[in-house]
Parts: sequence; structure tokens; C-alpha cells
Amino acid sequence: MTTHTFKPSLPPPSMSVGPVAWIRANLFSSWFNTLLTFAAIYLIWVLIPPAIRWAFIDADWNGTSREACTSGGACWVFIKVRFWQFMYGFYPEELRWRVNLTVLLAIVGALPLFLKAMPKKLPYGLAFGLVYPIVAWILLFGGMFGLAEVQTSQWGGLMLTLVIATVGIGGAMPLGILLALGRRSHMPAVRVICVTFIEFWRGVPLITVLFMSSVMLPLFLPEGMSFDKLLRALIAVMLFEAAYIAEVVRGGLQAIPKGQYEAAGAMGLGYWRMMGLVILPQALKLVIPGIVNTFIALFKDTSLVIIIGLFDLFNSIHQATVDPGWLGYSTEGYVFAALVFWIFCFGMSRYSMHVERRLDRGHKR
Amino acid sequence: MPNSTGVKPSSGSMLTDPKARALLFQVLSVCAVVGIGWYLFHNTQTNLAQRGITSGFAFLNNTAGFGILQSLIEFAPTDTYGRVFFIGLLNTLLVSVLGIFFATILGFIIGIARLSPNWLMSRLAAVYIEIFRNIPPLLQIFFWYFAVLRAMPAPRDSLAISDVFFLNIRGLYVPEPTMTVAFWPFAFGVLLALGGSWELARRARALKITTGQEFPVFFSSLALLVVLPGLSILVFGKPFNWTLPELRGFNFVGGMVVIPELFAITLALSIYTAAFIAETVRSGIQSVSHGQTEAARSLGLRPKHMLRLVIIPQAMRVIIPPLTSQYLNLVKNSSLAAAIGYPDLVSLFAGTVLNQTGQAIETIAITMSVYLTISLTISFLMNIYNKRIALIER
Repeated sequence: MTTHTFKPSLPPPSMSVGPVAWIRANLFSSWFNTLLTFAAIYLIWVLIPPAIRWAFIDADWNGTSREACTSGGACWVFIKVRFWQFMYGFYPEELRWRVNLTVLLAIVGALPLFLKAMPKKLPYGLAFGLVYPIVAWILLFGGMFGLAEVQTSQWGGLMLTLVIATVGIGGAMPLGILLALGRRSHMPAVRVICVTFIEFWRGVPLITVLFMSSVMLPLFLPEGMSFDKLLRALIAVMLFEAAYIAEVVRGGLQAIPKGQYEAAGAMGLGYWRMMGLVILPQALKLVIPGIVNTFIALFKDTSLVIIIGLFDLFNSIHQATVDPGWLGYSTEGYVFAALVFWIFCFGMSRYSMHVERRLDRGHKR
Repeated sequence: MPNSTGVKPSSGSMLTDPKARALLFQVLSVCAVVGIGWYLFHNTQTNLAQRGITSGFAFLNNTAGFGILQSLIEFAPTDTYGRVFFIGLLNTLLVSVLGIFFATILGFIIGIARLSPNWLMSRLAAVYIEIFRNIPPLLQIFFWYFAVLRAMPAPRDSLAISDVFFLNIRGLYVPEPTMTVAFWPFAFGVLLALGGSWELARRARALKITTGQEFPVFFSSLALLVVLPGLSILVFGKPFNWTLPELRGFNFVGGMVVIPELFAITLALSIYTAAFIAETVRSGIQSVSHGQTEAARSLGLRPKHMLRLVIIPQAMRVIIPPLTSQYLNLVKNSSLAAAIGYPDLVSLFAGTVLNQTGQAIETIAITMSVYLTISLTISFLMNIYNKRIALIER
């Protein structure tokens, strides 16, 4: 008996696999699609080559003054000369190691929180959150342990931006959580107070809040008590952000099934233990992406302190562009500022998406 | 009340009774809030008395005595602070409305391009979204204002678009319409056409429900909109006369000018907000599950009907709430105009008027309450809308 043997199968038609097929399917599947492809290519052609020529090919990189900028492209010399001022503001040059050390400590200290295998994350995080601000304050401001004092008016640049953003969100967290709990409380008076607070701050623009901190806060305080400008701005930012954090946390609290509350109650836990041990650990984990997004918004909003005359990253750069010695290079300045902000915000938004994906237990089609 | 075992539940002290505790806690928190409020009020009173500032809103009737860069209603330096407030408010609303209009159009286009089957288009849209939403709006405003518009040529060397639009350092010059006698018949014609289309759509829906017959609503409405106003133009003449801007000496005469401040802030806010709207639109359309598309297809709906009857209504339900909050953000962000000196509410009222009068509390309170009113009104309307369109399940 003869056995039938199949011939080897033919390769698929060359038009249906490989790059050609991909291009046909994604770029030229219909006349409209083809039109779009050409429109997109035209857009890219108009935008990208001139930008690259300006930023790289025709750019000037070396030199110390504007005389070095002769080739007609971007004058990166401007950024190079002012770079350290953009980073540290007027922080004394010989003391900048203290800023670097503060940032290093933050990174080293926060690293374990991002490791999956780390045990006892919550107590560690709490301890870090309590100890680090004190250490950072001592390092940055000085005046203790033989460290020379650096007034906050000398703080500036990216460092100040980071200080405002992290203190703003860090200070807003506890208040925001309390407000979120208050908003979901069964006690009407507490609920009304919290809702009023949250809706008030969410309803006004940050700029008016900063105005308020600079002109109204001094009126609110008793005679002879005055805050420094940075602290006033920080208080304003904290109150403002607390309202946003509260809404984010409320979202997390609402996502916890009722059974969890009932189970905790059945175990005989009181309100604070129920929240602290059962509900909040679950809810806060759910809202990490939301909190990161709030942080991104705040990070962008720190640029508003220009209104009250603080020299954050953006204001340092803006002031440099109106310096008579460097007039006419505002585009370079703003592009650099945009790049720095973009790197931070984009990085954080990627992280938030990553967490969201990890937390997402739903099914996708 | 004795229970089954006959043991009375311990009444305990007041402190272990949940109701009494809740009451106590509420009284305490109200006392704390009132106490803090009174403390601040007291300090403020003392401080104001010491600085010799009289509180109250009487200053609104005083003469302002300064000029304003742009006002939608007549303004002279002899007018009152009260009028300054209205001009600021109108300018804020102008920026907000313009911004919302352009951001919506741009946002929807980019959001749809993001979902385009064309790989290049969807990549381009993604790049746009990722670039513009991660750069602070204030920076974008400054970029357009200081780096682009302040670097424009003088009026003599304006950038001209077909001799109708001119862009120079003083702003964007556009033709100005002036109404003629024929305007009212024209406006009446437009209104009539709109009313007619609405009535037509209503009847067509009723016809479809009773008999299943289709009526070409879109084309007949379009015909109405072209014919009625067109007829009025034929009979009565042009509804508008356009005055073109014209270079005379060192500046342009005639036409309307969009000042660079307004131009920069509208451009920046539209571009910034459009990135967020695009994401909203994308996620809204993607939220309609694939099963819906498949079901619509298996019912034999054409792609056109599938979009209009199945996908868009469901997507809108997801899109509209975040869209409104984007609009609200845009209104709040319009206050950034203060940073480049556009005379909006914050810059005029919480800036100039505050500096001139020293009435810090009143001006800030009025400014904040305007934004609060806008926010609360919109979120109130939003809640009503949400209740109306919420899915009713079981």
C-alpha cells in the first residue's frame, strides 16, 4: 500500500506577509487612507527637517557669550552658560552638594518602595515620609549642625520646582485623605465641612490662590507673625492640592466593595482601625495612578509661582531670556524649559500607566 | 429592652454610645471650624484697622483712572472699578469661549486621528498629545507670546494671507463686518431655516417610528440653510459690509485687531486643552465594547449608521463628563492670561484694581467667587445631565 504524502505547503503570497503587507494594510488600505498617509508625510516633511536643522545642524554649542552664536541656528551656548543657575537658582555654589545629597537621599530612600519583594512597605513608607522632610529641611536650609544657613530667597531653579511640587503633594496627602474620609462620613456636619472645603479649592484657579497667599495671608495672621514668601506659597499649594487628592482618594474608597467594610466591622474593628488596617491600604494602592497624575498637574502648575516672584525653573529661564546680554534667545530658553518639564511629566505619566496596567485585573477583548 | 438571655445590654457611659459620640464629634468639628474662622476674622479686623483700610465694596463706585488694553464694551479711564470688573469678566469669558471652541474642534480631530487605521496618522496624533499635554500651559503661553508673536515684524512688513489677514507685532488684523439694513432679514432667514430643520428632524423621527420610512433630514436641512438666507441676500442685498485692514503710514487702519496677548493665550490654551480632549475622545470611543460593533454589524447596519446609532451615542455618554471638566480647566487656566498682561478678570481686578485700592480681601473674594460660580454652575448642570443619561440597570 502506498502512503499518500502531502506536498510541502506553498509560501503565502508575498503581498500578504512581511513589511509590504503591513504597509498595504496600515497605510494604503483605501483611497482615503492613502490620502491620509500623504498628508502625514507632508506634515512630517514640513515640520521635522527645519526643526532638526535649527536644533542640531545649524546650532552653536561652544562658547561663553552671545558672540559665539553665528551660524543662525539655535544658540545652546545660552543654556550652557546659565545651566547651573537653572538647576539651583542662587543657591551658593560651594553649598550645592547639599542639594545633590538631598536628591540622592530621596532616591535611595524611596527606592525600596518601588521594589516588589520589599517587606513591610507601609511602615517603611510612613517612617520615610516622617523622617525625610526633616533631614531635607536641615540639609537645604541649614543653620544647624554647623551647616551654613541658606535663605529660601536664594533657592531657585529646578530645585525649587521640585521642592514646591514634592512638599505640595506630600503635605496634601494626609489632609486629602482626611477630607476624603470626611466626605464619605455618616456625620452630616463633618460631611458638609469637607464638601465645602473640597469644592471651594477645586473651583478656583491656582493663580488666585497664590494671589491670596501673597496678599491675604499676611492679613489673616496675628500682628508681628509673618511667613516667608516660599512658605506662604507652599501653604497655598498644599491646601489647593489637598482638595484634588481628596477627590482621587474618594474614588479609591468608593471602589472598595461594601463587604470589606462589613467584614472589618464584624471583626470588631472601630472606625479608625477599620480605615487604617483594612480600607485605606487597599484604596490607596488603587489610587496610585490618580495621585501620580495629580502630581504631574501640580508639577506643571508650579510654573505659576512666577506670579508671586519666586524663581522656580521656569521663572529662572524666563528672567534669563529678558537679560539684556542674551536678548533674542527666548525660543532656546523656552524649548529647554519645555524639554525639562516634558521629561519629568512624561516619565511620571509612563510610570502611572505602568501601575494602572499592573492593577488592572479586568479582561480586555 | 431585655434580650433573649435576659441580660440587659450594658448601657455604658455616653462615650461608648455611637450616637452620642457622633454628635460630640460633630459639635467639636463645627466648633473648631468656627473657632478658626473667628480667629482669622479677628486678626484681619485688627490688621485692617491698623493699616487704616476700610473694608466694604464702596470702592467699586470709585473712578478707575487707568486705561485698558482691550475691552468689549466702551471704557474710559473715568469709569468706575465696577465697570472694570465687568470688562475683566467679559474678557475672561471671551478667552474661555474662543478657547473652548478651538480646543473642541482640534481635540476631536486629533482624538479621531489617534484611532485612525492609518498608522502614520495615529502616531502623529499620539506625538501631538504626548508633547503638548506634558508641557505647562504657562510655558506654552509664554512661548507663543514672547518667542513667536513678539518676534513678529513691524506693521510695514506684516505677514499677509491673501491681503485679507495681516499678522505683525501689534497683533492679527482681520476684516471687520458691519451690519447693513439687510442684516435683519438675513438673520431672520437663518433663524427660520434652523427652526425649520429642527421641526423637520422631529417629524422625520416620528415618521420613522410609525412607518419606518427614512427621510433625508440632513440634505433637506442643508438646502433650507442655503436657500432661505440666500434668498434674503438676493432680495435685500449683502447683510454685512467687510472693511479690510489697510496699511496707512506705520499702522493698519480699518478691520479688527486681535491683540497678541489674546492671540497667544487662545492659541496656547486651545493647543494644550486639545491634547486632553483628544485623549478623552479616544478613551470614550474605545470604551464602547467591541461586542457592540459586532452586534451592530450582525444586524446589518451600514458603517455610517453603526457609528451614528450605536457607537457615538454610547461614546458620548463616556466623553461628556470629562469633556466638561476639561472646559472647566480651560476657564480656570484662562486666568494665566494675567502673566502676559492680557486684561482678564485676574489681571485687571485681582491685579491692577487691588494694587490701586489695596482692597485685597474684597477683590480676591469677588474674583474667586466668579470662578466658583462658573465651576459650581457647570458641575450642577453636569450632575443633572449625568442623572439623565445614566444607564438604568434592572
